[in-house]
Amino acid sequence: MGAVAIAAALGVVTLGTAFAVALQAGSFALSPADWAALRFTVLQAALSAALSCALAVPVARALARRRFVGRGLLVTLMGAPFLLPVIVAVLGLLAVFGRSGLFNDLLALMGLPRLSIYGLHGVVLAHVFLNLPLATRMILQGWQAIPAERFRLAQSLSMGPGAVMRHLELPMLRATLPGAAVAVFVICLTSFAVALTLGGGPGATTVELAIYQALRFDFDPARAAALSALQFVLCAGAVGLGWRALQAPGFGAGLGRRLSIPAPGGWRRGADALVIALAAAFLLVPLGSVLLRGLWGLSDLPPGLGMALVRSVAVALASTLLTTSAALVLALAVAARGSRLLEVAAMLPLAASALVLGTGLFLILRPWVRAEDVALPVTILVNATLSLPFVYRLLLPQAQAMQADFGRLADSLSLTGAARLRWLVLPRLSRPLGFGAGIAAALSMGDLGVITLFAGESGATLPLYVHRLMGAYRMDAAAAAALILVAASFALFALFDLWGRRAAS
Amino acid sequence: MLHLDHLHLTEPGFALRADLTVPKGARVAVIGPSGAGKSTLLNAIAGFMAPTAGRILWQGAELTALPPGDRPLTILFQDQNLFPHLTVAQNLGLGLSPRLRLSPDQHKAIDRALERVGLASLGSRLPSQLSGGQQGRAALARALLRARPMLLLDEPFAALGPALKADMLDLVSEVAAETAATVLMVTHDPTDAKRFADQTILVADGIAHPPQNTAELFQNPPQALKDYLGS
Repeated sequence: MGAVAIAAALGVVTLGTAFAVALQAGSFALSPADWAALRFTVLQAALSAALSCALAVPVARALARRRFVGRGLLVTLMGAPFLLPVIVAVLGLLAVFGRSGLFNDLLALMGLPRLSIYGLHGVVLAHVFLNLPLATRMILQGWQAIPAERFRLAQSLSMGPGAVMRHLELPMLRATLPGAAVAVFVICLTSFAVALTLGGGPGATTVELAIYQALRFDFDPARAAALSALQFVLCAGAVGLGWRALQAPGFGAGLGRRLSIPAPGGWRRGADALVIALAAAFLLVPLGSVLLRGLWGLSDLPPGLGMALVRSVAVALASTLLTTSAALVLALAVAARGSRLLEVAAMLPLAASALVLGTGLFLILRPWVRAEDVALPVTILVNATLSLPFVYRLLLPQAQAMQADFGRLADSLSLTGAARLRWLVLPRLSRPLGFGAGIAAALSMGDLGVITLFAGESGATLPLYVHRLMGAYRMDAAAAAALILVAASFALFALFDLWGRRAAS
Repeated sequence: MLHLDHLHLTEPGFALRADLTVPKGARVAVIGPSGAGKSTLLNAIAGFMAPTAGRILWQGAELTALPPGDRPLTILFQDQNLFPHLTVAQNLGLGLSPRLRLSPDQHKAIDRALERVGLASLGSRLPSQLSGGQQGRAALARALLRARPMLLLDEPFAALGPALKADMLDLVSEVAAETAATVLMVTHDPTDAKRFADQTILVADGIAHPPQNTAELFQNPPQALKDYLGS
């Protein structure tokens, strides 16, 4: 009953906003600028997916077959960019690859011209930075899923590295790479914060960014609606085509197994070391420079930061509560009854994007309220909707195991309602609940999407606050605020995750 | 009296019919080849599976539409009879109150039941800290507390060694005697049936046959039972 109501609410929020958008769309004839946005969106997503996956293969292979001090830490860090606020990643990349960043200083030292980070290559660079770790983890899981016996068999047949590649590793890559590529592609299709900061202009505007500009700068709701309809079709199409590939979540346990993969010596050893060092530097140097610069700026924090932090934490907690309870109800219902309709409803938000939901809600609410009055409730609703599929997919397998193991025993003891929740569900599912809630909280904390549409001058969340500082070229203050944002995001994640682990043991 | 009235149970590729009565207080073994539907029959009586046709009655009252927890019975499964995250005492307490709001008298009753099955002072342990036999005893202690008129056993002791299993069957006999329960016990072992049950239901070829005297059944087995026993 509750599950059906939640599924209906998800349908209203995702499909209802799309419907509202379609009703308001002025015309579906796209202007040349709209076509350019569409082309750019697909191009940058395809490039980002291809580059992330191509670079992830050597990194995953090196991590799969080498053991070194700090390997576990590095693999854990690979999970972090998923939770890293995008605006912080952008700030780090600017510090390294920006006009006066480390990288350009290096180029200048060698007498080469400085490169600009803005435009297509900047957007792709940021997307690779954010998604290379995700792709690496997915492919690493594939490598570690190859049974150790296969490698032993290969050794007993004295296969060299080339033959191992052909007979064991290539088939695995054929199975895992499409999933990783589709996941990165879909994430980049709806990318907004990266395009907002590093893109822009006629040559580097995504559809998502074009929606924002149409609504916020041109005050043209009809055009925003038409673009939203386009974006919805694009995302729904991509999710529909990649449905199967998207079923496996890209994060999870099981990456700390003992060494079962032969580690060839010679030049390959050096190559693997170089690959790992480069990947670690690519990920850590930008973050390190934000950290340093932020520590520098901490002594002179701008006013208003405290309130922005409070707003962000409140939004994160509210959307976490909303999304975790909704995902739990759906996962329990699917585990008990196996309803196809509920499963589809839980996955529906994958086809949505923050700006499409935001535009739809804006159009629906416009006649009744001022946008800035509902900025936080709308952000809570949109964040909860968008993170629901992740939490749901974390909970489902465990809910199914619980139902199979203890469902009948609980039924035979009349363990229902609140008693079942307290004595069976919460103790059995606390680990994925804590982890899922942590992910939802960090995602919401770092979100810079729908809030940009709704917030007034004074109602900014912390990511928007950082963005405004960057826009005012107050980079030290922006780095300090970013540091606080990262600390708060990871603290929320760690707090929920720790609660889950504690309750489970 | 348990009455299975023209009961039809169907699953994809499987069908079982049962039209029989079990007298109140009887101890009945349910025997037959694996896959014949012994567990399915118990699951239907316990309410985990809706029959496609027919009725289940206890003392003339129809159970068919009742949820599992409201039926006048306790069932012990092959495994997972205890929640691993709750203590033994809490697991027993759930048999008295699903919300685990227990009165002092109920706490005393739990202690007595634990003592009765030889687990005195182990109430604060987690199930994983008990041996397999002790876990079986804890589940039986809960059955003792619930004191429902029927006790269904779906091979809960199959993983135990012969001596331990014999002990457990003796304990089941005592629990059944103390609660005046009618017992239905699935088993694939003829010695269990002969040792424990005065009557036996043979489940074979899509039919659950009415209970017969166990000794006579094994002295003069029908063809289906001969095939199963390999004699």
